[in-house]
Amino acid sequence: MTPNPTIFTPLLIISLGIFAWGCWRRLSLVALGQAENRFDNIGARIGEMLKYAFGQKRVLAKPFGLNHFVIFWSFIILLVSNTEFLLHGVFPSISLAHLPDGIYFPLLLVIDIVSLLALVAVVIAMVRRIIAPPYPEARTIEAFFILALIATLMMANFGINGARISHMPVIYLAVAHTYMPVSSFVAGLIAPSAGALVFGVSWWAHAAALLLFMCYLPHSKHMHILTAIPNCFFRRLEKPNTQPREEFVSGNTFGVAQADRFTWKDLLDSMACTECGRCQKVCPANITGKPLNPRAVVHDIKVNLLENGALLKQGATPVTPLIGDGGEGSVAEEVIWGCTTCGACMEACPVFIEQMPKIVKMRRHLVENEARFPEELLNLFENMEGRSNPWGIAPSERTKWCAQMEVKPFDKNTTEYLLYVGCAGSFDSRSKHVSVALAQLLDKAGVSWGILGKDEKCCGDSLRRLGNEYVFDRMAKENVRIFTERGVKKVITQCPHCFSTLKNDYKQYGLELEVIHHSEFLRNLVQDGRLKLEGTSAELGATVFHDSCYLGRHNDVYDAPREVIELATGTAPAEMERNRNNAFCCGAGGGRMWMEEHTGERINLTRVREALEEKPDTICVSCPYCLTMFEDGLKDVKADSVKVRDVAEVLAEAALR
Amino acid sequence: MLVVACIKQVPDTTQVQIDPVTNTLVREGIPFIVNPYDTHALEEALRLKDRFGCKVAVLSMGPPNAEATLRKALALGVDMAILLSDRVFGGADTLATSNVLSAAIRKLNSEVDEVGLVLCGKQTIDGDTAQVGPGIATRLAYQQLTLVDRIDNLDVGGKRIRVSRKLEGRHEIVEAPLPAMLTVVRELNRPRYPRVPMRLAAADAQVEVWNNQVLKLDEQSIGLKGSPTWVSKIFSPERVKGEILGDGYADPEGTAALLIDKLLAKDMLPL
Ligand code: SF4
Ligand code: SF4
Repeated sequence: MTPNPTIFTPLLIISLGIFAWGCWRRLSLVALGQAENRFDNIGARIGEMLKYAFGQKRVLAKPFGLNHFVIFWSFIILLVSNTEFLLHGVFPSISLAHLPDGIYFPLLLVIDIVSLLALVAVVIAMVRRIIAPPYPEARTIEAFFILALIATLMMANFGINGARISHMPVIYLAVAHTYMPVSSFVAGLIAPSAGALVFGVSWWAHAAALLLFMCYLPHSKHMHILTAIPNCFFRRLEKPNTQPREEFVSGNTFGVAQADRFTWKDLLDSMACTECGRCQKVCPANITGKPLNPRAVVHDIKVNLLENGALLKQGATPVTPLIGDGGEGSVAEEVIWGCTTCGACMEACPVFIEQMPKIVKMRRHLVENEARFPEELLNLFENMEGRSNPWGIAPSERTKWCAQMEVKPFDKNTTEYLLYVGCAGSFDSRSKHVSVALAQLLDKAGVSWGILGKDEKCCGDSLRRLGNEYVFDRMAKENVRIFTERGVKKVITQCPHCFSTLKNDYKQYGLELEVIHHSEFLRNLVQDGRLKLEGTSAELGATVFHDSCYLGRHNDVYDAPREVIELATGTAPAEMERNRNNAFCCGAGGGRMWMEEHTGERINLTRVREALEEKPDTICVSCPYCLTMFEDGLKDVKADSVKVRDVAEVLAEAALR
Repeated sequence: MLVVACIKQVPDTTQVQIDPVTNTLVREGIPFIVNPYDTHALEEALRLKDRFGCKVAVLSMGPPNAEATLRKALALGVDMAILLSDRVFGGADTLATSNVLSAAIRKLNSEVDEVGLVLCGKQTIDGDTAQVGPGIATRLAYQQLTLVDRIDNLDVGGKRIRVSRKLEGRHEIVEAPLPAMLTVVRELNRPRYPRVPMRLAAADAQVEVWNNQVLKLDEQSIGLKGSPTWVSKIFSPERVKGEILGDGYADPEGTAALLIDKLLAKDMLPL
């Protein structure tokens, strides 16, 4: 049972071979993906990698994150002792003991303590997985197997060192007790006669666990040990709040219906997933019982790639369709249409996987190549293309909201700000009141502003998120042309969807605008003393604020709307349980506004109930879609005594009396 | 068998205004669309193509810019698109229009393939006459099946068709031999959405233009000269402006009560 290089060396070589083959198999599949530049800004990338991969910043954001942190850092530190173990197994003369004592002894202490911490963390992880797993499917044999392997490694390590200590000449014992306290404790449990046996068994157990781990790693979800760090390095440095452009020339393919049409980074994402389930636990579709589960989407892409890899490498047609029946390795259409593009999954993912853009890419295939989509969308698409608004209302009605007031057209020589009213603000009977309130506030503060009137076009947000990139592309170009011709530089929007599209999506078309959401603009006006308040809007009673995904999570504007409410009412709004970057979607983003919701509970009802927990008199929003979703939801739960107000309306109550 | 769909480019009438001075349609800046009823005729032709492998030709008579309408049809998958455009076709009423369209269909019948069906929308949203389809059937001596909301059966080999006609308060199932001209209503189908690769191909595709040198029609039977009817005046009936009752947003219930009182006062609410 003693260590034997003649047996160990071939085993190590075989294991290294299996490890290398596994890594090659998976990473060569990643290389099948389309080109995408993630090599810019290397300095920032290194910083992100240190912060999120080595610093585990996002991992630590959840209760069991600390446990993972311990396992992660133990792994890194124990790389030293494990490398020594492997080398020593082949060349018995190699040993850390050759290091100077000043390094060797502290190193022993670190290894001893860290091994114990890792053992404890692994046991905690096992217990958690048994009694309260992150999600039910997380109780996989694979997960327990890996945890058991790590536990074996740690225990075998104590076995080896314990046996060594139990045989040490007495003069060394004091040093051993100081620098290997845990192993010394184990040594005390070993009968002197059993020392050699314990050493041999532990050594081979350690060898077996280590080699098995090495062989198994690249074939399991623990591949993330190798891929998560580069994945943080290659993350999208800006927020993933837009989708990439497509080029519309004959012969191009559109969207993704085959794994190798994703970019290499998309494919690396699929290999980097830790299956922690954090994304699914914040996904509004998943929570309300829809079949969409962002973790499963990422997993299915990986399985699909593995199943079709050999064929794709030869350029042959894959056997398992990427968009299909929803079995493992294929994503069902209902899954693809369920996404509200709220971005909660991406905000939660500890390794920065970008789930939402992958879903939009598959939508693009369905819309652009197949013309297959939920039937409600046909009208939307035609209305957008024909009349540049979702309802198909005549563009000449765009200015009806301001029929009762004098509003100037935007003129670059005399007007500072363009008020981009947006389709909801122009046509939706409820949102028109928000437009009026905002316009009156701007006038009162003496802001120089104007509108495009009948020439204003839809920004195209819903189309882009729904995968109708072709029509979005035309609308974006049209808007960019109008903005450029009219000399628009600064834009105020009252809709976070217009806000994000003008600000982030149009950048891809070379249009750099200064876009400001009305909540920020109004807050600034009051704080700068340009907008005087005449009283408070205290009659709105107790308020609670709901974050719009496209203002908050996608653009990091969290404080401005809250501050407007506080300035106007004198009290900060109450917070719902899920708020700010953890807020729960109203259900209308990603074009879901225009679709039926057939499966599970309605997302807006879930959110309305959460708001009602705070016993508000008024629910405050900063988005016309949220406004609709809340008003509809309140009617459905028969709580229509609760009002819904946009922040502009809240402020108008205090400023326009 | 060749299926011919006739489509027309019309101004988006919801956006059309009438010039009060000249009493003509103000067409400037008004976008054009495919006449909505015609989109259903086109869709049905494409479905017949999918089911029976018929060839589909689409015809449109109009000014040169009506080519855009034909490109939309190409993007949806028709095999050929022909624009009937010539100055001498201009100013046509329904009779003169049906003369031109019939001549084109005859030409397709002799040069491309035997025409089995001609599909038209039940009417256009700008002229609203519903006469051109029946006019074509008459000129060509085809069976005439109007207001079709369902094709029950098409026997391509036996050259027969059975359709359902949507009439006021009832449906009529009619069977007829081919060739036949059908005018269709919206309930017939849901038009498809174009796929991007087809849109891109349509942008490069050839739209054939046939003028009167191709059709060689007697100038007395086409255009203004061939039109026994002409529009002498278009006007919008004067609308007496109503009144805005209350404030429905601030006080929905009170406003509804105002309305009810008003209707009661005018004896318009049977109680
Ligand atoms: S973007 Fe939102 S709805 Fe879509 S998968 Fe992520 S969490 Fe779910
Ligand atoms: S995608 Fe990210 S958040 Fe979701 S399970 Fe994988 S690693 Fe976790």
